Amino acid sequence: MVERFGELTIIGLYLLLLLGLGMAASRMFKGTKSDYFLASHSIGPFLLLMSLFGTTMTAFALVGSSGEAYKVGIGVYGMLASSSGIIHSLCFFLIGIKLWSFGRRHGYTTQIQFFRDRLESDRIGLLLFPILVGLVIPYLLIGVIASGTVIQTMTSGSFPDLFPTGSPGTHGGIPNWLGSLITCLVVLTYVFFGGMRGTAWANAFQTIVFMVLGILAFHVIATKLGGEDTLLENLRKVTAAVPDNKLTRIEMSKMKFFTYLLIPLSVGMFPHLFQHWLTAKKASSFKLPVVAHPIFIMIVWVPCVLIGIWATSSLIPEKPPLPSNPNAILPFLVKTQTGPLLGGLLTAGILAAIMSSLDSQFLCLGTIFSNDIVTHYYGRTRVSDRGQILLARIFIVAIVAITYGLSLFPQRGVFGLGVWCFSGFASLFPLVFAALYWRRLTKAGAFAGIVTTIVVWGLLFWQSDMGANGEFAVKLTLGETTYETMPVATIFLSSLLAMIIVSLLTKPPSESTLGKFFNPQREHALQVETD
Amino acid sequence: MKRYSIWALVVLLLIVHQDNWLWDNGTLVFGFMPIGLLYQAGISLASAITWFLAIHLIWPTELDPPEVASSEIESGN
Repeated sequence: MVERFGELTIIGLYLLLLLGLGMAASRMFKGTKSDYFLASHSIGPFLLLMSLFGTTMTAFALVGSSGEAYKVGIGVYGMLASSSGIIHSLCFFLIGIKLWSFGRRHGYTTQIQFFRDRLESDRIGLLLFPILVGLVIPYLLIGVIASGTVIQTMTSGSFPDLFPTGSPGTHGGIPNWLGSLITCLVVLTYVFFGGMRGTAWANAFQTIVFMVLGILAFHVIATKLGGEDTLLENLRKVTAAVPDNKLTRIEMSKMKFFTYLLIPLSVGMFPHLFQHWLTAKKASSFKLPVVAHPIFIMIVWVPCVLIGIWATSSLIPEKPPLPSNPNAILPFLVKTQTGPLLGGLLTAGILAAIMSSLDSQFLCLGTIFSNDIVTHYYGRTRVSDRGQILLARIFIVAIVAITYGLSLFPQRGVFGLGVWCFSGFASLFPLVFAALYWRRLTKAGAFAGIVTTIVVWGLLFWQSDMGANGEFAVKLTLGETTYETMPVATIFLSSLLAMIIVSLLTKPPSESTLGKFFNPQREHALQVETD
Repeated sequence: MKRYSIWALVVLLLIVHQDNWLWDNGTLVFGFMPIGLLYQAGISLASAITWFLAIHLIWPTELDPPEVASSEIESGN
């Protein structure tokens, strides 16, 4: 009985616990929109660290990192993890704190409100809205689909008569469509009732869960595969059996590795992170996340990368065969190398990583729709706080339903879409950076940068067979050498150039706008004098 | 000077992140840790140290809006 339903019981209990947490958060709800969207700016350093880390670490952190390491070896850590440690914290330090400060001074809830003010343009919101939503949806899809895959793999064998599949890795497991539906409903419930406070609490809890259980998985899998007495002996035995090409980066392009550095800049433009930044109680709340983020990434990624390369070792049992999908490597190893109790806990850990990103993204899309579209055009004074919260909740339900509906269609390399989403957001980074640090950025320059991003992104995406070609690279020939670069480098540079050239050719922003964003202390002093 | 030193450190981190010299080195440090992975984990630690220095040496002041700053003064923080 325990063998058959062990995982299922633990996953069920974990999901119930999350629902309880969301409900507890909703009991503290003050009924205002500031409380629902931004937790009344009450989040301190620890919760901010956990929610920012949980949000940036998606399904990719546990499932994708081990899957990619299995495919390409240890190079995935430098490409995705250590680079993020430098650049995410850079974004928190240079972008996050400043945006938080402007958000507090001028009452912003979303990025679009900031850009409308800074660029003196109402239409910039209409241009950004579909782009931000369009780039977040594939990102959401990755999480929803990954949760279905994980639940099916981990519950295989539980219901052989009810859900037969014929494949040994999934036979009798809760089908994808049902696993994804359960995940969506759980996240929807705690976001719907708990708002930002529920999301932050759930994120913090889930971040602790996936960090602790990730380390536990590392220890248990090493022990099972090695079969020796001590952890060190096991680590030595398992890693010694890994082929050389996975211990080095001989199969990885140096130029692709280098240009991948631009991808983590996407964090500067993620709309859901903007909203998390604004929840901070004070500027100093950012200090802990800025310092601890790279260490947290290391704690999660190093064990996952090692597990991924171990899956290529000669010590892996021949039966059952390894799954063909690299993203199923971690759930597969957890399922085959651990018992049902630990298997259930580790599944909860993987789901935690997935859901801690989904929740913020769902909430943020609801917030953008309510704030920047309906309330903005219908009139802020004509929609009460309750009305705005109701609108956001309706939109959140709609987005969850649409994402879930899309996840039911056969997906062609949906994980490959992730890097395209990140490339889009990263190429918009020059816009947010210039808006904060370059007085000369103009409305027309911003439009030029955004439109160039869409056009170049669309062109390269089309050339990559709509993202299906995972090896797609932009080739640059210098002399007799051809370099492979990530598409993000071309999109980023085109967007940056278009923004700078057009800004320099057009009329600078008004003095009042420059005063508001480049000398807020002086503006405040002038305001006090006038009063 | 402090500002330049911190930003120079960040640029240095980005440069040494591209560790071409370890590309095809499969040495296992302590018998289990691939040297390329250990080096990049070291970059993560070096990032944390750099950002620790940044928040102590070049933390931007006067970012808290007046109402937050005054509430902090009142609470004695």
